[in-house]
This record gives sequence, structure tokens and C-alpha cells, in this order.
Amino acid sequence: MADTPAKPLINLTVNGRAITAPPGTLLIEACKQAHIEVPSFCYYPNLSLQAACRMCLVEIEKMPKLQTACTVVVSEGMVVRSETEQVHRARKSAVEFILTNHPLDCPVCDAGGECELQDMTFKYGAEKSRFVEPKRHRDEQQWSPLIYFDRPRCILCYRCVRACGEGMDVWALGVANRGVNSTIIPNHEDHLECEECGNCVDICPVGALTAGPYRYKTRPWEMTHVGAVCTYCGDGCKTTLGVRNDTILRADNRDKSGINGDFLCVKGRYGVDFTQHPERLKQPLARGVGGSAELKPVSWSYALGTIAKRWLEIQKAGGSFGVVGSTRSLNEEAYTLQKFARRVLGTNNIDHHRSADYPALFDALGGREGQPVPLAPAEALKAGGPVLLIGGNPTDEHPLLAWNLRWGYRLNKTRLYILNRDDIKLRRQAYRYAKVGDEAAAVRFLNGTGAASASLTGVGEASEKRWPQTPPSTVETVNESLQEFRARLRQEKDVIIVFGSEISGDAIRELVAFGSGLEGTTRYIAMSDNANSHGAADMGLYPDLLPGYTPLSERSKFEALWGGPIPAEPGMDWNQMRAALQQQNLCTLYVSGANPFRNTPVAPESLKQTFLVVQDLFLTETAQCADVVLPALSGYEKAGTLTNTCGEVQVQKRGGGFEGAKSDLEILYLLADAMGAEWGAASPDRVLQEIRTAVKGYGVSLAKLLSGESVMTAPLNGRVPHRTAPELLLPNRDTLFTAGTLGRYSVVLNSVMERHLKKEAAAE
Amino acid sequence: MTPFSQSLEQKFQELMARYPARRSALVPMLIYGQDELGYLPPAAIARIAELLDESEMAVREVIGYYSMLRLQPAGTYHVQVCTNISCLLRGGDELMEHCQHRLGIGNRETTKDGVFSLEEVECIGACSWAPAVQVNYDFHQELTPERLDQILDAYQQRAGAGERAGERA
Ligand code: SF4
Ligand code: SF4
Ligand code: SF4
Ligand code: FES
Ligand code: FES
Repeated sequence: MADTPAKPLINLTVNGRAITAPPGTLLIEACKQAHIEVPSFCYYPNLSLQAACRMCLVEIEKMPKLQTACTVVVSEGMVVRSETEQVHRARKSAVEFILTNHPLDCPVCDAGGECELQDMTFKYGAEKSRFVEPKRHRDEQQWSPLIYFDRPRCILCYRCVRACGEGMDVWALGVANRGVNSTIIPNHEDHLECEECGNCVDICPVGALTAGPYRYKTRPWEMTHVGAVCTYCGDGCKTTLGVRNDTILRADNRDKSGINGDFLCVKGRYGVDFTQHPERLKQPLARGVGGSAELKPVSWSYALGTIAKRWLEIQKAGGSFGVVGSTRSLNEEAYTLQKFARRVLGTNNIDHHRSADYPALFDALGGREGQPVPLAPAEALKAGGPVLLIGGNPTDEHPLLAWNLRWGYRLNKTRLYILNRDDIKLRRQAYRYAKVGDEAAAVRFLNGTGAASASLTGVGEASEKRWPQTPPSTVETVNESLQEFRARLRQEKDVIIVFGSEISGDAIRELVAFGSGLEGTTRYIAMSDNANSHGAADMGLYPDLLPGYTPLSERSKFEALWGGPIPAEPGMDWNQMRAALQQQNLCTLYVSGANPFRNTPVAPESLKQTFLVVQDLFLTETAQCADVVLPALSGYEKAGTLTNTCGEVQVQKRGGGFEGAKSDLEILYLLADAMGAEWGAASPDRVLQEIRTAVKGYGVSLAKLLSGESVMTAPLNGRVPHRTAPELLLPNRDTLFTAGTLGRYSVVLNSVMERHLKKEAAAE
Repeated sequence: MTPFSQSLEQKFQELMARYPARRSALVPMLIYGQDELGYLPPAAIARIAELLDESEMAVREVIGYYSMLRLQPAGTYHVQVCTNISCLLRGGDELMEHCQHRLGIGNRETTKDGVFSLEEVECIGACSWAPAVQVNYDFHQELTPERLDQILDAYQQRAGAGERAGERA
């Protein structure tokens, strides 16, 4: 790509102005680049061409009729006029025609105020309509728990049909009938069975498709719009929160900001309602108030005082501490949590819910400073270079990565190689797809240290011919061996390797050894579950690693920075802490924004000797066992930075607020204060500054970050002496509609899931 | 499961092999399928979708596009009266009205006994002999209400003689 010689630009004239555009550019895009507006409805960049609305008509010399600028490709010497009398008349007629049956119920339409039809009618429409026939009314239809259709408002631009089919590879929307009777239809006669992503709703230029959770709630101009980062999976989609009175009413990304363009999955778009769940904790809770064994509401000062008192006593008695951090908290909070554990509590017993073995990856990649960063940003999957996907199921667990892979396949001919034990949906875009019994064994085979997996069941190839007109629902099987699969891979250059939690420890080292042997720069993406799983690892939530995967033996740098000693010995990981709990050997456990008892329960009796402090949004399984519970703010209610699964840092902005709760950072500073450490007031900016200077690989440009860009990190600090026990890697295995503990508190996600479960039950 | 006869299934296989892309066979398959069953019930849609490796919705999209493809059963004799320009000038709409009276049904309706259904259609390519009426696949031209009556009588008799749906001319 970068090294293909640039082709000469095409010269054309638009409205008497000479402009240029690369060959192959659509006229409408060439005009846009030159800031000449050509109105359009059905045209949508990167979807197939439709030419349905006739809004983009322009005059082109030597062509007999007006032409649709959205389908004409620029050619040398082309002379175009977009503001002539004839063009103006054509636009007026197009709008008039589109409005034939349009109800003009803008005052109650969700899209009112941000509707392309309103804007176009205002700018280009006629003041009168020649149609005198009564407009046809059709009742609105609910197609799914989330998706509603108001047929009369539809202008038949087919954007939704294409977004769902080409973009999502779901193909759930179609067009029935012909002419004036044409209508968009859902895939199951009167309802939709689909991924509920809402891309169709947000791509709809009018209010024909609307979303249940948002409809009739507010007017767009009553909200402030905050560019935040999704707090669900590890992909780090930008999402624009619509906030009114500190309450988040919707999330979308129609402004196409951020790494995800206009994509969001169902969680990012509709799962924001967890912030308003009735079970949100509004006050600290504590046991023992008035002699009660139950958790009772208490004041913040009482709660913090109680915790500090107990912790100081335990410290004095030389008791043991354990700390579990969050994979959704911000980088500043994770960094501060481990600093708090190490400096204030004086322990290295700190861990987090691990879902990718980042230390092994950075160990394998270590010692190559000065070379290009071998991590790939999410966007790189769109570019068309070869991709090897091993394990995981991006469609469910990493919807943005899956979207980007489909994009690369559809628009840039990505050759996608897949090794997976399951028939994951992305095999439909695979160039070669091999079903293997064990991905790690397959990696050893690739690297030449293991035999071809005996349980290999065949190598499949998606049929390229049919894409993207219709879904290739069958994968054609080619008679190839895994040897041939590997031979093909070895001929590729600049491969991006994406892998799931099936690959950890030495398998990662083998994978990197294989990748290093490939031509060009091999880059990696390790898939981890949550919004800041990668950040939590980078920030040092490990018993034996300081921020930036710095071994404890090199702790002096941080000791100097933090003004005091750090314990020299590695602490306990979660398994060891859990064992200590069970042996009633841990004096206190501080769980900040995690729910470890969900996957690895601990018998309540064994907690009797442990003073358990939990800080969370909800009374989770872990919080229910706590002695003190502190209500925390959600990821949408605070500011700082997050690192996505690929290693890209982005700024999180405060969207809504929540009375009574505090951010993890503020809580840590208050606790530090109560413990007698002189930390002063919490300031995310100051912590970020410290991270940028102290954590190797995080010296990212502040200007870029603050302008909303994502910046790649590279915490490559040489070898990482660390082993993650395989039992510690516990991926959530989320579906499209679940998200660890958090997703349980989204009423919207639950309603979708219930319906899907019912349908599955009915099908059986 | 297929709602189609074995010979039609056989024909489908031939049709699908005829085009570079299998889905190109969709329209002929729908027509032959409708000829055999009288209309396109859900089972027919499901079977054709399965054969072509398409979604049922994609099949429905195409059915919706073509007015001659039906989701509901028609009568044994489907009377299609042309009221497009040439026929209109020569009395097509009188024929249409006449049919409505005689059969006691409106446009796109079927008589109670299931013998006749009626549909107003666009040009059927018989302009030179307008006004024209098509019954199933038979053309009847240069009609007057009286001649049409005779024709309908003849069909009525054939129906009385035991010809059932599926055994069409
Ligand atoms: S919600 Fe998503 S998957 Fe469902 S119809 Fe819309 S675009 Fe398709
Ligand atoms: S529902 Fe919206 S996006 Fe879909 S065709 Fe109608 S106007 Fe276009
Ligand atoms: S893909 Fe991940 S980050 Fe993006 S919207 Fe979905 S859950 Fe959020
Ligand atoms: S934008 Fe060109 S026809 Fe719709
Ligand atoms: S107009 Fe009736 S057949 Fe052509």
C-alpha cells in the first residue's frame, strides 16, 4: 500500500473551479474533498452504491441527462455543474417526491433536529408540493426489543439494508414490494432476529428506524453530547453520550469520531442504562452498625474511618493484605491502586481479573527497542493486509475487531487466516479457515515445534465470488492440509496476528517466534475482555510486576518516585490470595471494581477472619460478603484514560454523574489520607502526567490524546520475568449480549437476551 | 422437506446448474413452483431459499417485487383483465366491471367455490387485439362482455367436469 507509486491525479472542473482527485474517486467524494456540497441521501461512504434517491444529480458536460454524482467516477477533463437552474429543479423534485407519503411528524419524531431530510428540505426543497393525494398512514411496528420501524417516515435509501448486510454480515433487513408500495422488511415477517447492534437505526437518515431505549425521551438539542469511550469490551469504541441533567439518555457515534467510525455494538449503543439501574449503590454500607450483622447504610466518613482504623491495626500487628483491582477502572485509578497497595498498605499482594497474558507477549517482544512497535491498532485490521486470527470469537467478544476484519475483507481484500476450535462466524470472511482441536497446539505446529494437530477437521475457504451481494452462508471446503495452510502464511508479508486467551505463556512465545520469521513487520493484538484489561496489566496490577511490566528487582525507580520502599518480594496472585482466604490466613482483602467471587467463589465461613472491603457500583457476589462497601462511579462518570485491547490509549470524558458515589481515584486518595499518607487531593491529570513519565511506553503525546485521538502504547522493557498460571486466565467468554458482571445490570441487554433465550428454547 | 413434486425438484436442479450464479435461477423457480402449487406458501419459500442458499427474506423480497407471484392461493382459473392503454381505449375497464358483476368478486379476490379469481393487470402484450384477457396462461382477444361470458361459461363447465387446481391448462 504505502509503497505502491501514487497514480497521477485526475483533473476536473466543478462549477468552473479546477479540482483534482485520485483515479477511481466518486464524483460526490471529489466534490466533498473540494468543499463543494452535493446533497445525498442514499449514498453512504464504504457501502455499496445504490443510486436510489436521485438527490445528488448534477450536470456533466457531454452527458445527455443529469447524472448521479454518487455513482459517477471522476475522469480526466470532466466538466461538472452542480448549481444550475436545472440541477436546482431536479433537487426540488427529488425532495418533493420523497415527501409524497412522508408524514412530516417532525414535532414528535426522534430524529427531529438531527434529520437529514429536514435539513435537505430546508436547504433544497420546494415550498409547495404538487401532490394532493392523501398521505398513506401505516402504524409503527416494533421489530425487536430495541428496534422500531415507522414505515411512512422511510425514504427508501436502503442504507439500513446495506449497513446490516455488508457492514454487520447479518442481512436481517430487506425490501419488499415495488414502487410506491416498497417497504423495508425484517427477516422474520413481523420481527427481527439479529445482533441488535442498532447500526441500522443510527445510519437511518430520518426517523424511520428508532431505538426503544431512546424513543420519545428527549429532543436532541436538550442534551449535551460528550465524546466518551465505551466501558464494556476491550475494543475501546468512541461513543457520543447524549446527557441531560447528568443522566445518560443515549449513546451513538454518528459523528464518526474515534477508532470505530460509526460502529458500535449493542452493548456500547444500548447498554448505557446500567448507570441508572435501581440497584446502583448510593451510599457506603457497613456491617456491625448498632450491633447488626447486616450491611447497613453509613456515611462516607464513617466508612472510610472504619476501614483506615482496621487497616492500621492490621498493619501494626503485621497482618496480611490482599488487593484485587478492576479491569474497567481508568489507567490513573489502576496505577494509583497498585501504588496504594505497595506504598500505603505495604503489600505486593495485588492482582486483577486476567483475560490475556500480556506479560508473556511483552516478554516475547521485549528487547527490540528502536524497532517499530509490534502492536497493531484496531484500525490496521481494515487496511487489507493479511491477518491470522487464532482462538477467541471476535464477533461476540470483540465486536469492533470483527467489524474491522469484515471491512478489510469487503473493501480491501484482506486474506484472513483462521485457526479455531469452533465454527466462528468470521469464517465467512476467511481466506483459509482451519478447525483445530487445540489452538495452542496449532501454534506449536506453525512454529515447527509440534506435529499437525490430529484433531484438524478440514480447511475451509469462504466463497469470495458472492460477497458482498449476499451472505456466503456456506464455506467451501478446500482439500488442503495444515501444512499448506502454514506454507501459505509463510508467503505473507506484514501479517497481523490476533489471538485469544487460548494462547498464553509459552504458546505466545512460540507464536512470536513464528511471527518473527515472517517477512516484513509482524504485529500483534492480544484479545482481553474489558474496557481496561490491557491498561490494568500495563499499570502493574500484578504481584510481581510494577507498572510497565517492570520487575520488582528494578523497583528503585518507583521507590524514588513514590518516596519510600516497595516490598521486594513478589506478592500473592489471586489464586494464592484465595487459598489464603480459604485457610483463613488473609487479614484483609480490598476489592476495587472487581467481582472475583463470581468465577471463583469463596465459602462465606472462610471469610470470617478477613476484613473485606469492596468498592463497586452494585452489590455483587463479592460485595455481598463485604464488611464495608463503597459506592463507586461508573466508567462514564469520570475522566481519565483507558487502554484498549490493542494497546491504544484514549481519553475518557465524564458523561453523567451519580449522586452519592465517588470515583475509584478519589476513594483511593481519601483512604490514603485516612491512613496518614500525605497524598493531597486527587487529580487524574497529575496521575496521567506521572504515568507518562514513569511508565515506559506511555510517554504518549498529550496533545494527541486531548484532541481525542487514540495513541499506541509500547510498554516494551526487555524481558519480563513472569509466569501466569493458566488457571488465572479466566476470560468472560461474553456473548453479544453479556458483559461479565456489568452487563447483568443493563435492563436493555437483559431484555434482548431473554428474547433470544426464549427463541432458542422454542426452537428446541 | 419439499412441497414440490419430484419432477419439479429435478427441474430445479437443472435450472440451478444453468447459470454461473445459482441464485439466478430464483425467478424461474418461483414461477414453476407457483404453477405447481397455485401460489407460494411458506414451505415453498423455505425450500427454494434452502436450495439456493439464500435467506427466506431474500426470496420474499423478489416475490414482493413481481406482481404475478402470489403468496395467497388464486382460483382454479385466474382471470387477468388488461386495463392498460390499448385495452382501455377498446373497453378493457368495461370487461373488468363485467367480470366483477358476473363473478361477484372484486380485484384480487377469489370466488367462494374457488373456481375464479380476478385481477386487473397491466399490458399483457396483446395490444393489437385489444381488449385482451388472460386466464391462467391462455389469451382471449378482441373481447366483448358477451364473448367473455361464453369464455367464462366454458371454464365454469370445465371446473364442473372435475378439473381441480393443479391441473391447469
Ligand atoms: S440492529 Fe444491527 S443486526 Fe439488527 S437489523 Fe439493525 S443493523 Fe442488522
Ligand atoms: S428505514 Fe431509514 S435507512 Fe432504511 S431505507 Fe428507510 S430511511 Fe433509509
Ligand atoms: S465493540 Fe466493545 S468497545 Fe465497541 S461498543 Fe461494543 S462493547 Fe463497546
Ligand atoms: S445519493 Fe446519489 S442517488 Fe442517492
Ligand atoms: S394494453 Fe392490454 S394488452 Fe397491451
